[in-house]
Formats: sequence, C-alpha cells, structure tokens
Amino acid sequence: MDKEMEEIERTFETKELTVSLGPQHPATHGVLRLVLHLDGETVVKCTPYVGYLHRGVEKLGENRTYFAALPLSDRLDYISSMNNNVGYVNAVEKLFGIEAPERARYIRTIVAEMGRISSHIIWLGTHVLDIGATTPFLHAMAQRERLLDLFEELCGARLTVSYPRVGGVRNDISQEFLDDLYQFVLEFPSHMDDYETLVTENRIWKDRTVGIGVISAEEAVNWGLTGGTLRGSGVDYDVRKYFPYDAYDKVDFEVPVGRNGDCYDRYLVRVGEMRQANRIMKQCIENLPAGPVMSDAPKLTLPPKDLVLKDMEHLIHQFILITKGPTIPEGEVYVGTEVPKGELGFYFVSDGTGKPYRMRVRAPSFVHASVLPRLSEGGLIADVIANIGTIDIVLGECDR
Amino acid sequence: MEALQIAEKIKEKFPEETLDFREFRGQVSVTLKKGRILDICRYLHDDPDLFLDYLVDVCGCDYLGKKDVRFEVIYHLYSIRHRHAIRLKAEVPDSDPSIDSVMPVWVGANWHERECYDLFGIVFKGHPDLRRILLPEDWEGHPLRKDYPVKGPEKEWPGFLEVLDKAKRYREFEWHG
Repeated sequence: MDKEMEEIERTFETKELTVSLGPQHPATHGVLRLVLHLDGETVVKCTPYVGYLHRGVEKLGENRTYFAALPLSDRLDYISSMNNNVGYVNAVEKLFGIEAPERARYIRTIVAEMGRISSHIIWLGTHVLDIGATTPFLHAMAQRERLLDLFEELCGARLTVSYPRVGGVRNDISQEFLDDLYQFVLEFPSHMDDYETLVTENRIWKDRTVGIGVISAEEAVNWGLTGGTLRGSGVDYDVRKYFPYDAYDKVDFEVPVGRNGDCYDRYLVRVGEMRQANRIMKQCIENLPAGPVMSDAPKLTLPPKDLVLKDMEHLIHQFILITKGPTIPEGEVYVGTEVPKGELGFYFVSDGTGKPYRMRVRAPSFVHASVLPRLSEGGLIADVIANIGTIDIVLGECDR
Repeated sequence: MEALQIAEKIKEKFPEETLDFREFRGQVSVTLKKGRILDICRYLHDDPDLFLDYLVDVCGCDYLGKKDVRFEVIYHLYSIRHRHAIRLKAEVPDSDPSIDSVMPVWVGANWHERECYDLFGIVFKGHPDLRRILLPEDWEGHPLRKDYPVKGPEKEWPGFLEVLDKAKRYREFEWHG
C-alpha cells in the first residue's frame, strides 16, 4: 500500500496554476482583483489589482470650493461616511484656522463613534461570513440597521450623510435622538457579548485565524499600516490619542492592542474598539455641553439658512462662499483622523483662492491592500480570504 | 523633538540639498533638491534621535505656471516612538520627471509611488514594479497634471469602447420573458 502511494506521489506532478480571484467575488468586499499563482493549495505569488472604482476624487476636489467638495468624502469609505466627513472638516478647519464650538465637537465625536461601530459591525459580520459563520452576520446587521435609522433621524440620510460642516455641524441634535441613542448605548454591550459568545472562543474560528497572516510590529510600521491592522501587531498608534481632535481629549477610553499580529489578534482589537466606542458615546452624551453648533466666522463658514432668507448680510456671505469660496492664506496642511479602517489623512495645498490647489486623500485601505501579498504569500488559498477580511478594506476608499 | 529642530538638523547635515523651510499652522515643510533624497530619508529613518519610522504618505503636486520647478513629490513622515512629524518636499523638474524611490527605506512607499507615477507621470528610479495602478495599463496621459482636462480625455479609452461593443453584440441574447 505504501509503495503504491509513493509511486503515485512520484508520478503526480503539480503544475503552477494561475487563478484570478475577483473583481466580482463576494469575499473581496467590492471590486478587488487578485491574481494568485498556486502550487497545489499554497499561494506562491499574489498580485492585487485595484482601480475599478477610480472616480478621480482628488481631481474633482481641486475644481470645487471647500464646501462643495465635502460630499465627495462621503463616497470614499461608503460604509462609514460620517468618519470621512469628520476627517475632511477637521482638515479644512485647520487650514482655515478656525475651531468648531464645544457642542459641535462633542456631537462630531458621538457621530464618528456611531460610524465606527456601524463600520466595525459590518466588518465583523462579513469577515466571519467569509470564513463560514452565518449567524453573527445576521445579528450584526440588525444592530447596524439601528444605527442607520439613527443617522436618518439625525440628518435624513442613512449612508452618505454629509452631516458635519466646516466650522461645526449642520443641525443641532434633538432630545429624541439623544434618548434613542442612549437606549442603543445601554443595550449594545449585551449584543457584543452575544457576538463574542458565538465567535471568540469558537474552535473553528480559532483554527482559521490564529497564526494566519502574521506581521511583526516593526514590519507593520514600515509598511505604513494603521488602525486595527497595526494595533493587532502591538503598536498602540491611534490618531485619537496621538493627535486628539474634536472631543477625544476630554473622554476617557483605552486603545486595545494585540500581541501576535495575526488575524485573531486583529479581530480582538476591533471587537475591543467597538466596546470603547460605546464608552466614548456614553460619556459624550452624558457630558454634552450646551451652546451653538456652528462657529462664528461669517467669512469662512456657511451662515444658518434661516438667517440667509431674512438678513442681507448673511445672504451676501452665503452668495460669496458658494460661488467664489472663502479667501484663505496660502499654505498647506496635513490632518489625519482615525477612521474605522485606519488613519485617513487629508492634505490640502491652498493658493489663496476658494478652491484647494491640491487635495490629497491618504486612504488607509489603499495601504492595507498593498500589504496583502506580504500576508498571503506562502499560505494557503483559503487563508487569502481570511487575510482580505482581516485588513478591513473598502475599495471605494482604496481607488478614490 | 520640535519640527523646526528637525528641519534645522536636516539643514545641518545636508546644507547643499536643503533649499528652504516654512512653517504654516504648526506644520513644517522642508524643500529639498531631489538628488540625494534617498540618503536624506535613510538618515531620517535610521538616526536614533529622529527615528521617523512611519511613512504616512507620498504624493505629488503639479505647480504648472506657479513655480519655476513644475513638480514636487511630498513625503509626510512621523515617528511613533518620539511623536514628531515633518514634511519633505522634493523638487522635480518637468524636463526630467524622475526621482529615487524610497522603497529601500520604507516598503510602504510601494503603492504610493506607483500612484504618483500613474497620476503625475513622475518616474521613481529603483522601484521594483513601476506600473500604473488606478488607471488601466493602456491609458494615455496623467490625470492629476494641471494641463489634463477635468472632463477627461477627448478620445474615449479603447477598453470602454470594447465594452460598449460587447454590450451591443450580446443584446440579442437578452431575455424578454
């Protein structure tokens, strides 16, 4: 019998096989295409192809005023558009040299954390679905639906919200919204326990993720990874702690950090982040200060709509800002913010006119997609799917 | 370390390479010649006091008609250990749009440089795999240059015409149930 097997193994020659995974493949979370060279089940070479969703956001942004380019940022990472808006307005405010009022900063922190939970929850659902668990996906989507309903209550839109504005937020939040959100905040930890019961100590889940896609701390930093993908390797770099913006310096939260840098640790980090996001929301709601939600800088921020219809002065400001844009000094700023995927940076070069001379988007998904060959090569083809899930990419942001 | 101190240090170490530095809103950018960019980056990465280990971003910028030197390649660097940041700007002339790749120092520069090549046409010497990344291989022109029309090229990309043609040919198989 053994002799026979030996004979078979000797005569059985494997040939390198090329497989094109995607762009239409449910596990690639959009339109990512990977060309895999396989030796049996082992991945010898992995080449990602991106750009299927390229819309030229940077070029479009250079031809719009700072206010009109805000909706473009919604379309970057379309499952957490609120965080992109917050990143965009923070960068523009830094360039303009203005600051949002206290209440607006708290509101932005609340909605950004809502966006973080809604993004992480869809990551959790789809990641475990790719690896074979259907149940957490269904439970997770139910909670995401609640958050989207809350967004709708807040600003009328569910996905592409465009709620934050340069210098504040579009409208104040109502008491009903706060009550509904507080109810969600109180209930959410028990839902997290449900997901964790299903996944964290699951034998199959651990078999599929522990020791898969390992990357060391030094290497992860050298690759430019950020967000949960970096913190899984044990580096505590979080823009919210390192460069506090909005109200993050006034709330108490921890940054979960992994140890081994594998898929499982990155999973633990993101799950921990959801609990921390919930904590931040709770603190912000409890300490929400009173006051205006737009800063008082009439030449740099859009005036309130009701005053525009009544008052000549505001009408003129509105007209100038919409048609010509604000007048700002020449210069350049880079501002990074922590979005669910990692560090989203906006780099503006201003030439003194109302339109950005150069608008650059530093997209975390773009960097994370580039590390995919490093994580996948040498592993099994089934682990490629686990790796795509664990780096948490959205192709709308990657391709811009 | 303060960003201005880092800028001074670069100027001290590479006096002939450093052209200018400017502060705006608390952020410092150092303008450099492109010739020894790799040496400068290696120094910034390896020096224990600076240790700028995290390459945040690489991007290009086209100053057509605004500055004497048309292009700039912009590097945003950050040190996670020391928590300081600096921005480097290397001038790249239109006549020879090329610069050394910084991939030997930071692997993460790989796709950023490919993107910069794709959208600005700046060639990164020493890059192992310099292909277009966001646009198709047979695309003509570099869209983020200021002389490229916002509405796109006059001539449609051949790949798209192919798709249209295919759609027309397959129309007879449409299901009219």
